[in-house]
Amino acid sequence: MDWLNAIVQGTLLGGLYALFAAGLSLIFGVMRLVNIAHGDLIVLAAYLGLTTTVALGVHPLLALIVVVPAMAAIGYALQRGILNQTLGDDLLPPLLVTFGISVILQNALLEVYTADPQKMNAGALETASFDLGGLTLGWLPVLTMLVAIAVIAGLQWVFYRTPLGRAFRATSDNQDIAQLMGLNKAHVFGLAMALALAVTAIAGLFLGIRTSFDPSIGGGRLIFGFEAVIIGGLGNLWGTLAGGVILGVAQTIGAKIDPGWQLLAGHIVFLLILAVRPNGLFPRVAA
Amino acid sequence: MPEPILNTRGLTAFYKDFQALYGVDLSVDQGEVLAIIGANGAGKSTLLRSIAGLMRNGADQIAFKGQPIGALRADQVAALGIALVPEGRQLFPSLSVEENLLIGGRIKRPGPWSLEAVYKLFPILKERRNQASTSLSGGQQQMVAIGRALMSNPDLILFDEISLGLAPIIIKDIYDALPGIVGGGMSAVIVEQDISKALSVSSRVYCLQEGRVSLEGATGEISREAISRAYFGVE
Repeated sequence: MDWLNAIVQGTLLGGLYALFAAGLSLIFGVMRLVNIAHGDLIVLAAYLGLTTTVALGVHPLLALIVVVPAMAAIGYALQRGILNQTLGDDLLPPLLVTFGISVILQNALLEVYTADPQKMNAGALETASFDLGGLTLGWLPVLTMLVAIAVIAGLQWVFYRTPLGRAFRATSDNQDIAQLMGLNKAHVFGLAMALALAVTAIAGLFLGIRTSFDPSIGGGRLIFGFEAVIIGGLGNLWGTLAGGVILGVAQTIGAKIDPGWQLLAGHIVFLLILAVRPNGLFPRVAA
Repeated sequence: MPEPILNTRGLTAFYKDFQALYGVDLSVDQGEVLAIIGANGAGKSTLLRSIAGLMRNGADQIAFKGQPIGALRADQVAALGIALVPEGRQLFPSLSVEENLLIGGRIKRPGPWSLEAVYKLFPILKERRNQASTSLSGGQQQMVAIGRALMSNPDLILFDEISLGLAPIIIKDIYDALPGIVGGGMSAVIVEQDISKALSVSSRVYCLQEGRVSLEGATGEISREAISRAYFGVE
């Protein structure tokens, strides 16, 4: 029963990791941009959520109404103002620039919020649970998982059923030809980053409700997000959810064996999958 | 003489340090089908890419309906009513046949072309509309590429090597469809290596050689010998 419990809790943890990863997956898919600052943007979203809940006295989940559009606006401005200038045939400039943004964000957050760990107060939601077949499930992890599924389904719908998604896919396929179709790639990329950071806002809020956070934890979230994306296969959003779940289960099982092994077990499973299936489990593009 | 819909003046174009066009002067009249011929590397595709906005050119080097467009981006040029059918078709592989056409129709200019009109011109595409564009034969892909360009209802359509890599029978089908496309008053520029094909549908022809215009004239008035000379540069 303990093991089953570990697997179920790990699966639910995977929902959070999928939320970390969805934005990364989206921007890599659309513009081949590897965003090193992604984890710090998640942390930024958590802090924006904290400020909103404190300033307005609202529940953290209600803060989404403010944080999601704020992060989307930041994303659009970041893309049009800085990141578009780094995109080209060479993968190195965007890596370096987003690494720089990561450092700047961390230090800015330190200046504004100090290094003290913070946490959002979500009231009863934090501890509420229910029994299911002998297992005790927390409402918050279950809600996180449901939101992750809804977010991925929503992104999938946008990508494959709307004109915006068509524009994303066309621009991803061939930027020059997409431009001929009247798509200004600078704007399309801005919209993609806005959408990615809107998802990041949700990830940041759930992170900040679930655990305490401080300005330095962005790197760790970035790694979890990356691992979920790679395990699931690049460019496959449902694969990203599966990748998050696999990572979460590996971590909880590792922690079950020995509490010190939680993170290590996740990384080992990631490396094993990478060794056996370099393109991930469900790659969209055949190698 | 009708006003030219497009003209270029001293058009130059570069790929990094390599100069591909050396001062090309060209004009396309309203409703005219113009052919551009020339050997490989003469600058034909570069010329079309320049007009479509995919190259960096001087603002005043290209004028469309009297407006300088040389410095505009491709999406801005497309919105003014120029569409390019690119060499090698270049469909979007992640998009179905119908989605490829729909994205061509993102620019909603008024005119006769719509999804239905394209399907009427190329009925096979309607049957295949939900397939991946990569699953089509080369000829069918070319039909999608042409349909995609038509969907924006351009005033000027540029065809870059539409016969390249296609079987002769397919080429004939596609060229047979051309009068139906340009008949409605649309102007067209056709770039071809297949000279006889290009001459058969056009009223005027330019020959490019090493980035310069080496010959220009009405299709009926130019001799084959003059074309060979202009094409190969042998005197």
